[in-house]
Amino acid sequence: MSRMIVSVSPHIRDKTTTAVIMRDVLIALFPALIAAILVFGWRSLLVTAVCVVSCMTGEWAFEKLTGRPNTVGDLSAAVTGVLLAYSLPAGIPVWQAVLGSLVAIAVVKQLFGGIGRNFANPAVTARIVMLLAFSETMTAWVIPDAVSGATPLAVLKGGDLQNLPGLLQMLLGVRGGCLGETGALALLAGGAYLLIRRVISWHTPAAFAGTVLLLTFLLGKQPVYQLMSGGLLLGAFFMATDYSTTPMTNSGRLIFGVGCGLITVLIRVWGNYPEGVSFSILMMNILTPYIARFTRQRPLGGAKL
Amino acid sequence: MNRLKVLTNGLIRENPVLVLILGTCPSLAVSTQASNAIGMGLAATVVLLCSNVAISALRKIIPDNVRIPCYIVLIAGFVTVVQMLVKAYAPAIDEQLGIFLPLIVVNCIILGRAEMFANKNTVFASALDGIGMGLGFTLALLAMASIREVFGSGTWFGLAVPGLAGHKVSILVLAPGGFFVYGVLIALVNKLTKGKAGKNAEQGCAGCPAAAACGRLGAADEAKEREA
Repeated sequence: MSRMIVSVSPHIRDKTTTAVIMRDVLIALFPALIAAILVFGWRSLLVTAVCVVSCMTGEWAFEKLTGRPNTVGDLSAAVTGVLLAYSLPAGIPVWQAVLGSLVAIAVVKQLFGGIGRNFANPAVTARIVMLLAFSETMTAWVIPDAVSGATPLAVLKGGDLQNLPGLLQMLLGVRGGCLGETGALALLAGGAYLLIRRVISWHTPAAFAGTVLLLTFLLGKQPVYQLMSGGLLLGAFFMATDYSTTPMTNSGRLIFGVGCGLITVLIRVWGNYPEGVSFSILMMNILTPYIARFTRQRPLGGAKL
Repeated sequence: MNRLKVLTNGLIRENPVLVLILGTCPSLAVSTQASNAIGMGLAATVVLLCSNVAISALRKIIPDNVRIPCYIVLIAGFVTVVQMLVKAYAPAIDEQLGIFLPLIVVNCIILGRAEMFANKNTVFASALDGIGMGLGFTLALLAMASIREVFGSGTWFGLAVPGLAGHKVSILVLAPGGFFVYGVLIALVNKLTKGKAGKNAEQGCAGCPAAAACGRLGAADEAKEREA
Protein backbone atom coordinates (compact mmCIF):
# COMPACT_ATOMS: atom_id res chain seq x y z
CA MET A 1 0.00 0.00 0.00
CA SER A 2 1.89 3.02 -1.20
CA ARG A 3 -0.69 5.66 -0.37
CA MET A 4 -4.19 5.91 1.01
CA ILE A 5 -6.69 8.35 -0.45
CA VAL A 6 -9.03 9.90 2.07
CA SER A 7 -12.21 11.33 0.59
CA VAL A 8 -15.75 12.11 1.64
CA SER A 9 -18.70 9.96 0.62
CA PRO A 10 -20.17 8.85 -1.77
CA HIS A 11 -17.50 6.25 -2.47
CA ILE A 12 -19.41 4.15 -4.96
CA ARG A 13 -20.43 5.88 -8.16
CA ASP A 14 -22.81 4.73 -10.85
CA LYS A 15 -22.33 5.43 -14.51
CA THR A 16 -25.80 6.98 -14.71
CA THR A 17 -25.73 10.71 -15.42
CA THR A 18 -28.47 13.30 -15.76
CA ALA A 19 -28.07 13.15 -19.53
CA VAL A 20 -28.61 9.36 -19.56
CA ILE A 21 -31.76 9.66 -17.46
CA MET A 22 -33.14 12.49 -19.55
CA ARG A 23 -32.39 10.57 -22.75
CA ASP A 24 -34.38 7.64 -21.34
CA VAL A 25 -37.30 9.95 -20.57
CA LEU A 26 -37.18 11.33 -24.11
CA ILE A 27 -37.21 7.79 -25.52
CA ALA A 28 -40.17 6.94 -23.29
CA LEU A 29 -42.03 10.02 -24.51
CA PHE A 30 -41.48 9.17 -28.18
CA PRO A 31 -44.44 6.76 -28.72
CA ALA A 32 -46.83 9.46 -27.51
CA LEU A 33 -45.42 11.82 -30.17
CA ILE A 34 -46.23 9.31 -32.90
CA ALA A 35 -49.74 8.92 -31.47
CA ALA A 36 -50.09 12.70 -31.41
CA ILE A 37 -49.06 13.06 -35.06
CA LEU A 38 -51.47 10.30 -36.10
CA VAL A 39 -54.37 11.75 -34.13
CA PHE A 40 -53.84 15.51 -34.41
CA GLY A 41 -51.68 15.83 -37.52
CA TRP A 42 -48.28 17.34 -38.21
CA ARG A 43 -49.01 20.47 -36.24
CA SER A 44 -48.39 18.52 -33.02
CA LEU A 45 -44.84 17.84 -34.24
CA LEU A 46 -44.41 21.55 -34.97
CA VAL A 47 -45.62 22.55 -31.47
CA THR A 48 -43.32 19.98 -29.85
CA ALA A 49 -40.33 21.16 -31.88
CA VAL A 50 -41.05 24.82 -31.08
CA CYS A 51 -41.27 24.07 -27.34
CA VAL A 52 -38.09 21.98 -27.28
CA VAL A 53 -36.08 24.53 -29.26
CA SER A 54 -37.30 27.49 -27.20
CA CYS A 55 -36.68 25.67 -23.90
CA MET A 56 -33.12 24.74 -24.87
CA THR A 57 -32.39 28.18 -26.34
CA GLY A 58 -33.90 29.84 -23.27
CA GLU A 59 -31.74 27.73 -20.95
CA TRP A 60 -28.60 28.48 -22.95
CA ALA A 61 -29.36 32.23 -23.12
CA PHE A 62 -30.22 32.54 -19.41
CA GLU A 63 -27.08 30.71 -18.34
CA LYS A 64 -25.01 32.79 -20.73
CA LEU A 65 -26.48 36.02 -19.35
CA THR A 66 -26.01 35.07 -15.69
CA GLY A 67 -22.63 33.44 -16.16
CA ARG A 68 -23.75 30.02 -14.94
CA PRO A 69 -22.30 26.77 -16.28
CA ASN A 70 -24.05 25.59 -19.43
CA THR A 71 -26.49 22.72 -18.74
CA VAL A 72 -28.14 22.42 -22.16
CA GLY A 73 -26.21 19.19 -22.72
CA ASP A 74 -27.99 17.35 -19.90
CA LEU A 75 -31.20 17.40 -22.01
CA SER A 76 -33.37 18.38 -19.04
CA ALA A 77 -34.57 21.46 -20.94
CA ALA A 78 -35.54 19.23 -23.86
CA VAL A 79 -37.63 17.04 -21.54
CA THR A 80 -39.32 20.15 -20.13
CA GLY A 81 -40.08 21.30 -23.68
CA VAL A 82 -41.59 17.97 -24.70
CA LEU A 83 -43.70 17.71 -21.52
CA LEU A 84 -44.97 21.27 -21.94
CA ALA A 85 -45.83 20.69 -25.59
CA TYR A 86 -47.67 17.48 -24.70
CA SER A 87 -49.94 19.40 -22.36
CA LEU A 88 -50.91 22.03 -24.95
CA PRO A 89 -53.69 21.76 -27.54
CA ALA A 90 -52.33 21.07 -31.04
CA GLY A 91 -53.75 24.34 -32.36
CA ILE A 92 -51.87 26.59 -29.92
CA PRO A 93 -50.35 29.70 -31.62
CA VAL A 94 -46.58 29.41 -31.94
CA TRP A 95 -45.78 32.66 -30.07
CA GLN A 96 -47.79 31.42 -27.08
CA ALA A 97 -45.88 28.14 -27.06
CA VAL A 98 -42.58 30.09 -27.14
CA LEU A 99 -43.68 32.34 -24.29
CA GLY A 100 -44.81 29.33 -22.22
CA SER A 101 -41.45 27.62 -22.76
CA LEU A 102 -39.60 30.71 -21.61
CA VAL A 103 -41.78 30.89 -18.48
CA ALA A 104 -40.95 27.24 -17.76
CA ILE A 105 -37.20 27.65 -18.19
CA ALA A 106 -36.48 31.22 -17.09
CA VAL A 107 -39.08 31.82 -14.37
CA VAL A 108 -39.79 28.40 -12.89
CA LYS A 109 -36.42 26.70 -13.34
CA GLN A 110 -33.54 29.17 -13.69
CA LEU A 111 -34.74 31.93 -11.34
CA PHE A 112 -34.70 29.36 -8.54
CA GLY A 113 -31.19 28.20 -9.41
CA GLY A 114 -31.50 25.82 -12.36
CA ILE A 115 -31.71 22.05 -12.54
CA GLY A 116 -32.27 20.35 -9.18
CA ARG A 117 -33.12 23.60 -7.39
CA ASN A 118 -36.56 24.42 -8.78
CA PHE A 119 -39.35 23.68 -6.30
CA ALA A 120 -42.09 23.23 -8.91
CA ASN A 121 -42.22 21.25 -12.12
CA PRO A 122 -41.42 23.74 -14.93
CA ALA A 123 -43.70 22.12 -17.53
CA VAL A 124 -46.67 21.83 -15.17
CA THR A 125 -46.31 25.37 -13.86
CA ALA A 126 -45.87 26.84 -17.34
CA ARG A 127 -48.99 25.02 -18.49
CA ILE A 128 -50.99 26.54 -15.61
CA VAL A 129 -49.58 30.00 -16.38
CA MET A 130 -50.60 29.56 -20.01
CA LEU A 131 -54.05 28.32 -18.99
CA LEU A 132 -54.56 31.54 -17.04
CA ALA A 133 -52.89 33.75 -19.65
CA PHE A 134 -54.39 32.33 -22.84
CA SER A 135 -57.59 30.71 -21.60
CA GLU A 136 -59.20 30.84 -25.05
CA THR A 137 -56.54 29.10 -27.11
CA MET A 138 -55.59 26.77 -24.24
CA THR A 139 -59.09 25.26 -24.22
CA ALA A 140 -59.63 25.32 -27.98
CA TRP A 141 -59.37 21.53 -28.27
CA VAL A 142 -58.64 19.93 -31.59
CA ILE A 143 -61.21 17.15 -31.92
CA PRO A 144 -60.28 14.25 -34.25
CA ASP A 145 -62.79 13.58 -37.05
CA ALA A 146 -63.66 10.10 -35.78
CA VAL A 147 -65.26 11.39 -32.57
CA SER A 148 -67.77 14.17 -32.10
CA GLY A 149 -68.23 16.92 -29.58
CA ALA A 150 -66.18 17.86 -26.54
CA THR A 151 -63.29 16.26 -24.67
CA PRO A 152 -64.16 13.16 -22.61
CA LEU A 153 -63.73 15.10 -19.37
CA ALA A 154 -66.17 17.79 -20.52
CA VAL A 155 -68.59 15.03 -21.51
CA LEU A 156 -68.16 13.33 -18.13
CA LYS A 157 -68.67 16.65 -16.35
CA GLY A 158 -71.82 17.34 -18.35
CA GLY A 159 -73.14 13.85 -17.55
CA ASP A 160 -73.92 13.17 -21.23
CA LEU A 161 -72.56 9.60 -21.18
CA GLN A 162 -73.89 8.57 -24.62
CA ASN A 163 -71.35 10.83 -26.34
CA LEU A 164 -68.27 9.27 -24.71
CA PRO A 165 -65.75 7.85 -27.21
CA GLY A 166 -65.38 4.07 -27.22
CA LEU A 167 -62.83 2.42 -24.92
CA LEU A 168 -60.65 1.43 -27.89
CA GLN A 169 -60.62 5.03 -29.09
CA MET A 170 -59.59 6.11 -25.61
CA LEU A 171 -56.73 3.58 -25.57
CA LEU A 172 -55.47 4.73 -28.98
CA GLY A 173 -55.91 8.39 -28.11
CA VAL A 174 -58.51 9.24 -30.74
CA ARG A 175 -60.25 11.88 -28.63
CA GLY A 176 -60.16 15.60 -27.93
CA GLY A 177 -57.47 16.87 -25.59
CA CYS A 178 -53.91 18.15 -25.31
CA LEU A 179 -51.68 16.79 -28.04
CA GLY A 180 -49.52 14.40 -26.02
CA GLU A 181 -51.90 13.29 -23.31
CA THR A 182 -54.41 11.28 -25.32
CA GLY A 183 -52.47 8.21 -26.45
CA ALA A 184 -53.06 6.02 -23.39
CA LEU A 185 -51.31 2.95 -24.83
CA ALA A 186 -48.30 4.98 -25.99
CA LEU A 187 -47.97 6.63 -22.56
CA LEU A 188 -48.30 3.27 -20.78
CA ALA A 189 -45.57 1.85 -23.01
CA GLY A 190 -43.34 4.81 -22.19
CA GLY A 191 -44.09 4.46 -18.48
CA ALA A 192 -43.25 0.75 -18.60
CA TYR A 193 -39.92 1.57 -20.28
CA LEU A 194 -39.06 4.05 -17.53
CA LEU A 195 -40.00 1.48 -14.85
CA ILE A 196 -37.85 -1.23 -16.48
CA ARG A 197 -34.92 1.15 -16.87
CA ARG A 198 -35.45 2.09 -13.20
CA VAL A 199 -35.63 5.77 -14.05
CA ILE A 200 -38.82 6.04 -12.01
CA SER A 201 -40.23 3.87 -9.23
CA TRP A 202 -43.78 2.48 -9.35
CA HIS A 203 -44.88 4.21 -6.16
CA THR A 204 -46.04 7.59 -7.43
CA PRO A 205 -47.85 6.49 -10.63
CA ALA A 206 -49.52 3.57 -8.86
CA ALA A 207 -50.66 5.68 -5.91
CA PHE A 208 -51.82 8.50 -8.21
CA ALA A 209 -53.78 6.30 -10.63
CA GLY A 210 -55.01 4.00 -7.86
CA THR A 211 -56.41 6.89 -5.83
CA VAL A 212 -58.23 8.29 -8.85
CA LEU A 213 -59.63 4.84 -9.74
CA LEU A 214 -60.80 4.13 -6.20
CA LEU A 215 -62.35 7.53 -5.52
CA THR A 216 -64.15 7.78 -8.88
CA PHE A 217 -65.38 4.19 -8.43
CA LEU A 218 -66.79 5.07 -5.00
CA LEU A 219 -68.37 8.23 -6.42
CA GLY A 220 -69.75 6.33 -9.44
CA LYS A 221 -67.94 8.54 -11.97
CA GLN A 222 -66.74 6.13 -14.69
CA PRO A 223 -63.35 5.18 -13.15
CA VAL A 224 -61.86 3.66 -16.33
CA TYR A 225 -62.63 6.74 -18.40
CA GLN A 226 -61.34 9.00 -15.63
CA LEU A 227 -58.05 7.10 -15.68
CA MET A 228 -57.55 7.50 -19.41
CA SER A 229 -58.89 11.01 -19.92
CA GLY A 230 -57.23 14.35 -19.31
CA GLY A 231 -53.52 14.39 -18.56
CA LEU A 232 -53.64 11.75 -15.87
CA LEU A 233 -51.35 9.11 -17.43
CA LEU A 234 -48.92 11.73 -18.73
CA GLY A 235 -48.92 13.42 -15.32
CA ALA A 236 -48.63 10.25 -13.26
CA PHE A 237 -45.72 8.72 -15.19
CA PHE A 238 -43.78 11.74 -16.42
CA MET A 239 -44.60 14.78 -14.29
CA ALA A 240 -45.26 13.48 -10.78
CA THR A 241 -41.98 11.53 -10.95
CA ASP A 242 -39.68 14.51 -11.55
CA TYR A 243 -36.67 14.10 -9.23
CA SER A 244 -36.18 17.58 -7.84
CA THR A 245 -39.83 18.42 -7.18
CA THR A 246 -41.11 15.20 -5.61
CA PRO A 247 -40.16 13.27 -2.44
CA MET A 248 -37.15 10.94 -2.53
CA THR A 249 -38.35 8.19 -0.21
CA ASN A 250 -40.79 5.51 -1.32
CA SER A 251 -43.25 6.27 1.47
CA GLY A 252 -43.04 9.94 0.55
CA ARG A 253 -43.77 9.06 -3.06
CA LEU A 254 -46.86 7.11 -2.01
CA ILE A 255 -48.13 10.11 -0.04
CA PHE A 256 -47.34 12.37 -3.01
CA GLY A 257 -49.27 10.11 -5.42
CA VAL A 258 -52.30 9.78 -3.13
CA GLY A 259 -52.36 13.56 -2.66
CA CYS A 260 -52.21 14.14 -6.42
CA GLY A 261 -55.04 11.67 -7.02
CA LEU A 262 -57.18 13.19 -4.28
CA ILE A 263 -56.79 16.77 -5.57
CA THR A 264 -57.36 15.65 -9.16
CA VAL A 265 -60.65 13.95 -8.27
CA LEU A 266 -61.77 16.88 -6.12
CA ILE A 267 -61.20 19.33 -8.98
CA ARG A 268 -62.68 17.04 -11.64
CA VAL A 269 -65.82 16.24 -9.69
CA TRP A 270 -66.51 19.43 -7.74
CA GLY A 271 -64.19 22.10 -9.18
CA ASN A 272 -64.82 24.70 -11.84
CA TYR A 273 -62.18 23.33 -14.19
CA PRO A 274 -62.82 20.02 -15.98
CA GLU A 275 -59.20 18.90 -15.40
CA GLY A 276 -57.11 18.98 -12.23
CA VAL A 277 -53.95 16.95 -12.92
CA SER A 278 -51.57 19.88 -13.40
CA PHE A 279 -53.02 21.79 -10.43
CA SER A 280 -52.70 18.70 -8.24
CA ILE A 281 -49.06 18.14 -9.20
CA LEU A 282 -48.19 21.80 -8.58
CA MET A 283 -49.89 21.76 -5.16
CA MET A 284 -48.11 18.56 -4.15
CA ASN A 285 -44.81 20.04 -5.43
CA ILE A 286 -45.33 22.82 -2.91
CA LEU A 287 -45.99 20.29 -0.14
CA THR A 288 -42.97 18.14 -1.06
CA PRO A 289 -40.54 19.64 1.50
CA TYR A 290 -43.01 18.80 4.29
CA ILE A 291 -43.59 15.27 2.98
CA ALA A 292 -39.82 14.83 2.79
CA ARG A 293 -39.42 15.99 6.37
CA PHE A 294 -42.03 13.55 7.68
CA THR A 295 -40.76 10.56 5.72
CA ARG A 296 -37.04 10.99 6.32
CA GLN A 297 -35.32 7.65 6.52
CA ARG A 298 -33.60 6.67 9.73
CA PRO A 299 -29.95 5.77 9.15
CA LEU A 300 -29.30 2.08 9.84
CA GLY A 301 -28.66 1.79 13.56
CA GLY A 302 -29.12 5.52 13.97
CA ALA A 303 -31.08 7.27 16.65
CA LYS A 304 -34.77 7.98 16.34
CA LEU A 305 -35.38 11.20 14.42
CA MET B 1 -29.74 67.65 4.76
CA ASN B 2 -29.58 68.60 1.12
CA ARG B 3 -33.09 69.69 0.07
CA LEU B 4 -32.81 68.51 -3.52
CA LYS B 5 -31.79 65.11 -2.20
CA VAL B 6 -34.85 64.99 0.05
CA LEU B 7 -37.02 65.66 -2.98
CA THR B 8 -35.37 63.12 -5.28
CA ASN B 9 -34.83 60.36 -2.69
CA GLY B 10 -38.28 58.95 -3.28
CA LEU B 11 -37.94 58.64 -7.03
CA ILE B 12 -35.45 55.77 -7.29
CA ARG B 13 -32.98 55.53 -4.41
CA GLU B 14 -35.64 55.20 -1.70
CA ASN B 15 -38.64 54.55 -3.91
CA PRO B 16 -41.44 53.68 -1.47
CA VAL B 17 -42.84 50.82 -3.56
CA LEU B 18 -39.80 49.32 -5.26
CA VAL B 19 -37.13 49.82 -2.57
CA LEU B 20 -38.85 50.32 0.78
CA ILE B 21 -41.55 47.75 -0.23
CA LEU B 22 -44.32 49.83 1.31
CA GLY B 23 -47.85 50.23 -0.04
CA THR B 24 -47.72 46.83 -1.74
CA CYS B 25 -51.46 46.16 -1.48
CA PRO B 26 -52.73 49.22 -3.40
CA SER B 27 -49.82 48.89 -5.85
CA LEU B 28 -50.79 45.35 -6.81
CA ALA B 29 -54.52 46.02 -6.75
CA VAL B 30 -54.85 49.19 -8.84
CA SER B 31 -51.95 48.74 -11.26
CA THR B 32 -54.09 46.99 -13.86
CA GLN B 33 -54.68 50.20 -15.84
CA ALA B 34 -52.38 53.17 -16.35
CA SER B 35 -55.19 55.67 -15.73
CA ASN B 36 -55.96 54.04 -12.36
CA ALA B 37 -52.29 54.23 -11.44
CA ILE B 38 -52.16 57.97 -12.12
CA GLY B 39 -55.40 58.57 -10.17
CA MET B 40 -54.27 56.50 -7.19
CA GLY B 41 -50.76 57.95 -7.26
CA LEU B 42 -51.89 61.56 -7.33
CA ALA B 43 -54.55 61.03 -4.64
CA ALA B 44 -51.96 59.43 -2.37
CA THR B 45 -49.45 62.20 -3.15
CA VAL B 46 -51.90 64.90 -2.10
CA VAL B 47 -52.68 63.07 1.14
CA LEU B 48 -48.98 62.45 1.78
CA LEU B 49 -48.06 66.08 1.21
CA CYS B 50 -50.81 67.36 3.53
CA SER B 51 -50.20 64.77 6.26
CA ASN B 52 -46.43 65.28 6.19
CA VAL B 53 -46.85 69.06 6.55
CA ALA B 54 -49.44 68.78 9.33
CA ILE B 55 -47.56 66.14 11.29
CA SER B 56 -44.30 68.01 10.95
CA ALA B 57 -45.95 71.22 12.14
CA LEU B 58 -47.49 69.46 15.14
CA ARG B 59 -44.49 67.27 15.96
CA LYS B 60 -43.66 69.18 19.16
CA ILE B 61 -47.28 69.20 20.34
CA ILE B 62 -48.32 65.56 19.77
CA PRO B 63 -47.35 63.45 22.82
CA ASP B 64 -45.04 60.66 21.84
CA ASN B 65 -47.09 57.91 23.50
CA VAL B 66 -50.22 58.53 21.45
CA ARG B 67 -48.58 59.66 18.23
CA ILE B 68 -49.84 56.84 16.01
CA PRO B 69 -53.58 57.46 16.74
CA CYS B 70 -52.97 61.17 16.20
CA TYR B 71 -51.30 60.54 12.85
CA ILE B 72 -54.13 58.23 11.76
CA VAL B 73 -56.77 60.84 12.65
CA LEU B 74 -54.89 63.50 10.67
CA ILE B 75 -54.37 61.18 7.68
CA ALA B 76 -57.99 60.00 7.74
CA GLY B 77 -59.13 63.62 7.67
CA PHE B 78 -57.08 64.36 4.56
CA VAL B 79 -58.18 61.14 2.89
CA THR B 80 -61.83 62.05 3.44
CA VAL B 81 -61.23 65.44 1.83
CA VAL B 82 -59.47 63.87 -1.16
CA GLN B 83 -62.14 61.19 -1.49
CA MET B 84 -64.93 63.80 -1.56
CA LEU B 85 -63.04 65.86 -4.14
CA VAL B 86 -62.45 62.84 -6.39
CA LYS B 87 -66.12 61.81 -6.04
CA ALA B 88 -67.21 65.30 -7.02
CA TYR B 89 -64.83 66.05 -9.89
CA ALA B 90 -63.63 62.66 -11.20
CA PRO B 91 -66.43 60.15 -10.55
CA ALA B 92 -65.03 57.76 -13.16
CA ILE B 93 -61.74 57.38 -11.27
CA ASP B 94 -63.65 57.03 -7.99
CA GLU B 95 -65.61 54.14 -9.47
CA GLN B 96 -62.46 52.46 -10.80
CA LEU B 97 -60.47 52.76 -7.57
CA GLY B 98 -63.43 51.75 -5.40
CA ILE B 99 -62.44 50.73 -1.89
CA PHE B 100 -58.76 51.50 -2.48
CA LEU B 101 -59.37 55.26 -2.37
CA PRO B 102 -60.61 55.34 1.27
CA LEU B 103 -57.99 52.70 2.07
CA ILE B 104 -55.26 55.32 1.50
CA VAL B 105 -55.79 55.88 5.25
CA VAL B 106 -53.94 52.67 6.00
CA ASN B 107 -51.41 53.02 3.18
CA CYS B 108 -48.09 52.17 4.80
CA ILE B 109 -46.24 54.81 2.79
CA ILE B 110 -48.12 57.67 4.45
CA LEU B 111 -47.80 56.41 8.02
CA GLY B 112 -44.26 55.29 7.24
CA ARG B 113 -43.16 58.76 6.11
CA ALA B 114 -44.87 60.29 9.15
CA GLU B 115 -42.87 58.00 11.44
CA MET B 116 -39.59 58.01 9.51
CA PHE B 117 -39.45 61.60 8.33
CA ALA B 118 -42.13 64.13 9.21
CA ASN B 119 -41.96 63.75 12.99
CA LYS B 120 -38.28 64.72 13.11
CA ASN B 121 -37.83 67.19 10.25
CA THR B 122 -38.93 70.73 9.45
CA VAL B 123 -42.22 71.52 7.71
CA PHE B 124 -40.50 72.49 4.46
CA ALA B 125 -38.33 69.37 4.30
CA SER B 126 -41.38 67.21 5.11
CA ALA B 127 -43.33 68.82 2.29
CA LEU B 128 -40.49 68.07 -0.13
CA ASP B 129 -40.30 64.51 1.18
CA GLY B 130 -44.07 64.12 0.70
CA ILE B 131 -43.90 65.33 -2.89
CA GLY B 132 -40.87 63.16 -3.71
CA MET B 133 -42.27 60.02 -2.11
CA GLY B 134 -45.68 60.64 -3.68
CA LEU B 135 -44.14 61.03 -7.12
CA GLY B 136 -42.05 57.91 -6.56
CA PHE B 137 -45.23 56.00 -5.65
CA THR B 138 -46.98 57.37 -8.76
CA LEU B 139 -44.06 56.52 -11.03
CA ALA B 140 -43.76 52.98 -9.69
CA LEU B 141 -47.51 52.46 -10.09
CA LEU B 142 -47.41 53.90 -13.60
CA ALA B 143 -44.52 51.62 -14.60
CA MET B 144 -46.28 48.53 -13.21
CA ALA B 145 -49.63 49.50 -14.69
CA SER B 146 -48.17 50.31 -18.11
CA ILE B 147 -46.52 46.90 -18.39
CA ARG B 148 -49.63 45.11 -17.16
CA GLU B 149 -52.08 47.07 -19.31
CA VAL B 150 -50.05 47.08 -22.53
CA PHE B 151 -49.25 43.38 -22.50
CA GLY B 152 -52.27 42.15 -20.52
CA SER B 153 -55.08 44.07 -22.21
CA GLY B 154 -53.39 45.42 -25.36
CA THR B 155 -54.23 49.03 -24.40
CA TRP B 156 -52.48 52.00 -22.77
CA PHE B 157 -54.60 54.62 -20.97
CA GLY B 158 -57.54 52.86 -22.60
CA LEU B 159 -56.19 53.37 -26.15
CA ALA B 160 -55.54 50.28 -28.23
CA VAL B 161 -51.85 49.57 -28.84
CA PRO B 162 -51.44 48.60 -32.49
CA GLY B 163 -50.44 44.99 -33.06
CA LEU B 164 -51.12 43.80 -29.51
CA ALA B 165 -54.89 43.36 -29.62
CA GLY B 166 -54.61 39.72 -30.69
CA HIS B 167 -51.62 38.97 -28.46
CA LYS B 168 -52.96 39.54 -24.97
CA VAL B 169 -51.29 37.79 -22.03
CA SER B 170 -54.26 38.11 -19.72
CA ILE B 171 -52.48 36.62 -16.68
CA LEU B 172 -50.64 39.96 -16.33
CA VAL B 173 -53.91 41.66 -15.38
CA LEU B 174 -54.64 38.97 -12.77
CA ALA B 175 -53.03 38.82 -9.33
CA PRO B 176 -50.14 36.43 -10.21
CA GLY B 177 -49.12 38.70 -13.09
CA GLY B 178 -49.14 41.66 -10.70
CA PHE B 179 -46.71 39.93 -8.34
CA PHE B 180 -44.54 38.88 -11.27
CA VAL B 181 -44.27 42.40 -12.74
CA TYR B 182 -43.65 43.77 -9.22
CA GLY B 183 -40.77 41.34 -8.69
CA VAL B 184 -39.25 42.09 -12.08
CA LEU B 185 -39.34 45.84 -11.40
CA ILE B 186 -37.71 45.41 -7.98
CA ALA B 187 -34.98 43.34 -9.63
CA LEU B 188 -34.54 46.06 -12.26
CA VAL B 189 -34.17 48.79 -9.61
CA ASN B 190 -31.64 46.63 -7.75
CA LYS B 191 -29.71 46.20 -10.98
CA LEU B 192 -29.81 49.93 -11.82
CA THR B 193 -28.63 50.95 -8.34
CA LYS B 194 -26.20 48.01 -8.09
CA GLY B 195 -27.94 46.78 -4.95
CA LYS B 196 -27.21 49.98 -3.04
CA ALA B 197 -30.80 51.23 -3.04
CA GLY B 198 -32.34 51.62 0.38
CA LYS B 199 -29.09 51.03 2.24
CA ASN B 200 -28.94 54.37 3.95
CA ALA B 201 -25.43 54.87 5.22
CA GLU B 202 -26.45 57.67 7.58
CA GLN B 203 -29.09 55.60 9.32
CA GLY B 204 -28.11 54.31 12.72
CA CYS B 205 -30.25 53.23 15.66
CA ALA B 206 -31.19 56.84 16.40
CA GLY B 207 -32.98 57.15 13.09
CA CYS B 208 -34.88 53.88 13.38
CA PRO B 209 -38.62 54.17 14.11
CA ALA B 210 -38.55 50.84 15.96
CA ALA B 211 -35.73 51.96 18.25
CA ALA B 212 -37.94 52.10 21.36
CA ALA B 213 -39.21 48.56 20.91
CA CYS B 214 -35.89 47.07 19.84
CA GLY B 215 -34.04 44.89 22.31
CA ARG B 216 -30.71 45.39 20.56
CA LEU B 217 -30.50 49.15 20.86
CA GLY B 218 -27.15 50.39 19.66
CA ALA B 219 -26.23 47.18 17.85
CA ALA B 220 -26.37 48.82 14.43
CA ASP B 221 -24.18 51.70 15.57
CA GLU B 222 -21.62 49.27 16.96
CA ALA B 223 -21.66 47.34 13.69
CA LYS B 224 -21.02 50.51 11.77
CA GLU B 225 -18.15 51.45 14.06
CA ARG B 226 -16.59 48.04 13.55
CA GLU B 227 -16.85 48.51 9.80
CA ALA B 228 -15.18 51.91 10.04
